[in-house]
Amino acid sequence: MTASDSMADAQSLDVIATGGVQAILRRPKWATLPVLLGGSVLLFWIITALTVQWWAPHDPIAIVDTRLLGPSLDHPLGTDALGRDVLSRTLHGATASMPVAAGVIVSALLIGGTIGAVAGFFGGWTDAVLMRFTDMMMAFPPILLAMVIAATLGVGIRNAAIAMTLVWWPGYARLLRGQFLAVKNYDHVIAAESLGAGRTRLMLRHILPIAFTPLLVLSTMDFGGVVLLAASLSFIGLGAVPPYPEWGSMISEGSRRFYDWWIAMGPGIAILTVVLAANFIGDGVRDLLDPRTKS
Amino acid sequence: MGTYIARRLALMPLLLLGVVTLVFVVSRTAAADPIASLVPERLLGNEEVVAAARARWGLDKSAPEQYAVYIKNLVQGDMGTSFRTKQPVGHDLAERLPATIELTVAALAIAAIVGIPAGIAAAIGRDSLVDHVVRLFSLIGSSLPVFWTGLILLYVFFVQLEVAPSPGRIDLRALPPDHITGLYTVDALLGGDFRQAGDALHHLMLPAFVLGWAVMGIIARMVRASMLDVLNQDYIRTARAKGLTGRQVVLTHALRNALIPTVTILGLSLAALLTGAVLTETIFSWPGLGSYAVESTRTLDLPAVMGVAILGGSMFVVANLVIDITYGLIDPRIRVS
Repeated sequence: MTASDSMADAQSLDVIATGGVQAILRRPKWATLPVLLGGSVLLFWIITALTVQWWAPHDPIAIVDTRLLGPSLDHPLGTDALGRDVLSRTLHGATASMPVAAGVIVSALLIGGTIGAVAGFFGGWTDAVLMRFTDMMMAFPPILLAMVIAATLGVGIRNAAIAMTLVWWPGYARLLRGQFLAVKNYDHVIAAESLGAGRTRLMLRHILPIAFTPLLVLSTMDFGGVVLLAASLSFIGLGAVPPYPEWGSMISEGSRRFYDWWIAMGPGIAILTVVLAANFIGDGVRDLLDPRTKS
Repeated sequence: MGTYIARRLALMPLLLLGVVTLVFVVSRTAAADPIASLVPERLLGNEEVVAAARARWGLDKSAPEQYAVYIKNLVQGDMGTSFRTKQPVGHDLAERLPATIELTVAALAIAAIVGIPAGIAAAIGRDSLVDHVVRLFSLIGSSLPVFWTGLILLYVFFVQLEVAPSPGRIDLRALPPDHITGLYTVDALLGGDFRQAGDALHHLMLPAFVLGWAVMGIIARMVRASMLDVLNQDYIRTARAKGLTGRQVVLTHALRNALIPTVTILGLSLAALLTGAVLTETIFSWPGLGSYAVESTRTLDLPAVMGVAILGGSMFVVANLVIDITYGLIDPRIRVS
C-alpha cells in the first residue's frame, strides 16, 4: 500500500465519518428528544418483560430476607412487609402490565374497529343502532364501568383486562366510523365499487388502509392510559391477585404501611416511566400530524 | 337551539335506562354470587339461612323479575337497600355526595388557577424554556398514578414534615359541623366556626392538590393550543401592525377569544376528575362517592353499585349536555344545525 493510497483511505474515512455525524444531526423529523427518550424507556420495559425471569436479582414471590428492610446494596429498593425483594418484584411487574396493556388495546381495536367500520360503511339504521350503543358505553366514567364489570366477573388480572377492553373500544368505534364515512366517498372506492368489488373487499382493501392511520395514532397514545387504568384497578383490589407482583397491587400494599415509603416507590416510578414514555411518543406523533401544534 | 336541547333532554332518560340495563345485565350474569356478602361466612353452609337471605333480598326471583322490580322502584325514586350498610342506597349516596363535590370543586379550582395562566404563558413563549417546563409538568401530572402521588405526598408532608393533617375530612377528634350544605368548609363558615373551617380546609388541601395536578395538564394543554390558534389569526397581526404592545395584544385581543373553547375543558377534564376522585378518596380516606364505589364493588353490594353507576352516569351525561349548550351559546359558529 502506497502513501497516497493510505491518504485516500484516510480521506474517505474522513468523509464517511463526517457524513455519519451529519446523518446523526440530520435525524428524521419525528426523532425529537422526547420521542427518542420515550422510545428507549419503553424498549427497556418491553425487554424487561420478556427476559426478567433470567436476570432479576431475586425470586419475586419468595421471602428472601428480613421484612421491611430499607434500601441497601443487597436490596436497592428494600424489602416489603413479607420480606420479598421490592426491586425484583418491580421488574417482574412488567410481565403483567406490558402484555395486559398491549392485549387490551389490540382487542379494543378489533372490537371498536369492526363496529365503527360496519356502522360507517352501511349507514342507516345499522349505524344508528351501533352508534347509540357506543354513545351509551361512553356516557359512563370509564373507571366506574370497569370497576363494575371487573368486580362482577371476579377478581383476577384476566377479568380486569376483559373489563378494560369493554370500556376502551367505544372511542375507536367512533373514530373509525367517521373515517369510513369520509373515505367511502373517495373516487378510488367508487371506482372499485363500479368495477364490481364486493363489500368485504371494499372495506378491507380500499377503505381500511386509508382510514386506519388516525386509529393507529390514537391507540399508540392510549398505551399509557391503559397501563394507568390497569394499575388503578389492581390498586382498588380488582386486578392482579397477591402474591403476583403487579404495580398497582404493590402500591396498595405500600399504602397500608405508608411509613415504610420504599415499598411503593419502585412500582410508582415504574408506572410513571412507562406512562410518561408512552405520552412522550404520543405527543411526538401528534405534533407530527397536527399542523397546529407543529413548531 | 331550543329543539336541539329538547332532543338531547328527551334522549337522556333513554340513555339512563340503557345504563341501568347494562349494569344490571353485567351484574346478574356475573360468576360471583353476592350472597357471600350477605351471609356470614360460617353460615354459608346452612341452606336454610342462605335461602332465607335470598328471599329477604329478592335474589330468589328470576333475573327479569328482579329487573322489573328494580325499574319500578327506581321510577319511584327508590334505589333499593345496600347489602353492606343496610341503608337505603339513595340515603347513602346523598350522604356521600357533598364530600366528593367539595373535593372535585377544590381540585378543579386549583387546576384552573394554575393551568390557565400556565397554558397562556406557554403559548406566548412558544418553544421557550417556559413552554417546555409547562409541557413537561403537565405531562408528568397526567402520567402520575394519583394513588401513588397521594401516598408519597402523605409521607413527605404528614409523616416527615408533619405539616399536613392525617387523612380524612376533619380532625379525628372533632365533630363535623352542622349539616347545611354538606361541604365542611362552607358549613363551618356558615356556623361561624373559623377554626373548624380552617381545619377542614387544611384537610382538603393535599387531596385537592393531588387530584388537581392530574387535571391541570389537560387544562394547560388545551389553553395553550387554543391561544396558539388565536395568535395566528389575522386580527392579531393587524393589532400588532397598529403598533400595540405585546401585552395589549395578548390581554385585550387574544385572551378573550382564546378562552371560549376552554369551556370544553370542563367536559374533557370531567372523566379525569371522576376517575381521579375514586382513587384519591381511597388513599385519603375521604368518605365520598369514590370510596363508596370502591367499597361497594369490593363486597359485590349490587344495589349500591347500581346506585353509584346511575348517579355517576347521570352526572356525566348532564354535565356534558350543559357544556354543549353553553358552548353553543358562547360561540354561535358551533351551534348544531
